[in-house]
Amino acid sequence: MGRTLAEKVWDAHVVRRAEGEPDLLYIDLHLLHEVTSPQAFDGLRQAGRPVRRTDLTIATEDHNTPTLDIDKPIADPVSRVQLETLRRNAAEFGVRIHSLGDVEQGVVHVVGPQLGLTQPGMTVVCGDSHTSTHGAFGALAFGIGTSQVEHVLATQTLPMAPFKTMAVTVNGELPAGVTAKDLILAVIAKIGTGGGQGYVIEYRGEAVRNLSMEGRMTVCNMSIEAGARAGMIAPDQTTFAYLKGRDHAPEGADWDSAVEYWTSLRTDDDAVFDHEVVIEASELTPFVTWGTNPGQGAPLSASVPDPASYGDPSERSAAEKALEYMGLTAGQPLRDIKVDTVFIGSCTNGRMEDLRAVADILRGRKIADGVRMLVVPGSVRVSLEAVSEGLDKVFTEAGAEWRYAGCSMCLGMNPDQLAPGERSASTSNRNFEGRQGKGGRTHLVSPQVAAATAVLGHLAAPSDLTDVPVPAGV
Amino acid sequence: MEPFTTHTGTAIPLRRSNVDTDQIIPAHWLKKVTKTGFEDGLFEAWRKDPGFVFNEPARQGASVLVAGPDFGTGSSREHAVWALQNYGFKTVISSRFADIFRGNSLKGGLLTVVLPQETVDRLWALTEADPAVEITVDLVERQVRAGSGDAAVTADFEIDDYTRWRLLEGLDDIGLTLRHEADVTAFEQTRPAWLPRTQTV
Repeated sequence: MGRTLAEKVWDAHVVRRAEGEPDLLYIDLHLLHEVTSPQAFDGLRQAGRPVRRTDLTIATEDHNTPTLDIDKPIADPVSRVQLETLRRNAAEFGVRIHSLGDVEQGVVHVVGPQLGLTQPGMTVVCGDSHTSTHGAFGALAFGIGTSQVEHVLATQTLPMAPFKTMAVTVNGELPAGVTAKDLILAVIAKIGTGGGQGYVIEYRGEAVRNLSMEGRMTVCNMSIEAGARAGMIAPDQTTFAYLKGRDHAPEGADWDSAVEYWTSLRTDDDAVFDHEVVIEASELTPFVTWGTNPGQGAPLSASVPDPASYGDPSERSAAEKALEYMGLTAGQPLRDIKVDTVFIGSCTNGRMEDLRAVADILRGRKIADGVRMLVVPGSVRVSLEAVSEGLDKVFTEAGAEWRYAGCSMCLGMNPDQLAPGERSASTSNRNFEGRQGKGGRTHLVSPQVAAATAVLGHLAAPSDLTDVPVPAGV
Repeated sequence: MEPFTTHTGTAIPLRRSNVDTDQIIPAHWLKKVTKTGFEDGLFEAWRKDPGFVFNEPARQGASVLVAGPDFGTGSSREHAVWALQNYGFKTVISSRFADIFRGNSLKGGLLTVVLPQETVDRLWALTEADPAVEITVDLVERQVRAGSGDAAVTADFEIDDYTRWRLLEGLDDIGLTLRHEADVTAFEQTRPAWLPRTQTV
């Protein structure tokens, strides 16, 4: 019987297989950041162990980094200690690091791909659940905990329990105005936040094939929000074109060997998935969340659901609690929900394509009175490219704040937070209670919906903007 | 790691589904660089509500958390496991755990036990009727036992032999892997030369 893409990559990395034990997998790339690594380095130090492969390890600072005044000392002493700890650990153990102020600094899942370090068929891990992002290249990439970070640092391997395979096939073409973000939000709403548990999802079908690499990263990034171990997309010409010429991409004859191997990385026709989900792209529309987990979403054109409509008592109770926390009433049209803050950024939607989409909508427009809009590029490279295209001017002229790179308001570990009761439309990945600041209320949206929302002050799609006059002289 | 054989203690029923790791330990606690001192951050936002089950006097000293489905979703932060352990929990029971959380818990010796929701409902009923009821989680027999008489619960749970053995013995995963270092070195010889390296060493 044939094998799926995930099984092929897994099999190619088995260091040791023994009856009754988990497979020991080799890890090709280990990404580090300041939050989940200090206790792991401490463990190495206590055991007197070195980092086995510093040449397969790279660190960046992202979760705690400020997006303003980066030339000044970090105001929060606890954040400062954590960043300084990473710098000290990197120096002591010989790990390459891109610190605040470095041109390659940025959100770890933006940095890996843009350096060309993420390649098809690799195993990639990081102490961060959104490591699933790298699956967009046909890599098997999963988030790990700090004990596993220490394990990989010490051994470059991980014992891994077997996984199940799921195919999510998206047939047809996405309608105009429907993005990768809408697609993945709809997938999560369909299968639920636990629906992917134990699975590696492979996204397939025409709509997925037609996505750019950046769109594919958005999709794979949120696999974890469906509970999946990882998300993957088979590499193709889009993948190869993205990689060609990047810093760490193979060159010359090596490139040819690599492409030959990469081309073999696809699910065999006779392979069988443990579970299959089929979605018709034509049925998708801009999608937003109304609740406090990423599975609590609905088309923008819908209304806040009535908890009583849920048959499952645990889902009903979850919906009741969510509406209470979010300050929403059943039946309220989603388009009527007013926001205070719009956040553009994160490892989900902090790349060039996302910033261009936002700029295209904001160009010549102003954001609504009383709305605060933060645009936070995913990396310094993204920031520089945006500036070279003049996007920063578009944002600031519209009334948005253009910031330095980092995770920022996606999780509010730095000063970029919602105040209690404040409501955001956010291009990030999690709408959990308090995620963006204590008492903050988050609606997950695409960059396009975020931009239109900023202009109108309530949840909206770009198609709602037709009646807004462009200010004179622009 | 401390070995886990069997544990008996009082419980806290947490009747919520989809408890994500941001609720278990909010992000601002993640700035600490130690594995201890997270107990006050555990469910920090919910504990501000005096009516929250963790604040009931009869629940103090509980060491078994009986949680709703999809416990531990979201972020990979192992701080969630440390926070539960720092608070005093030895084991968490749920009908479904998020993968990364489950992996983290079993690495760190916090035994996560999967039981059918119907059994979780019965455990909730038992401990809600009497907070002094003790729940025994027996890893040797792979069994959860609680209560007496008609309401008594005896439920077998599944856990793979390898993980069970590691927990029973309290073995360090890294030490186990390093026994096979020769296999790792041999594998490294077979990796294609064009694979990326972050630096020349």
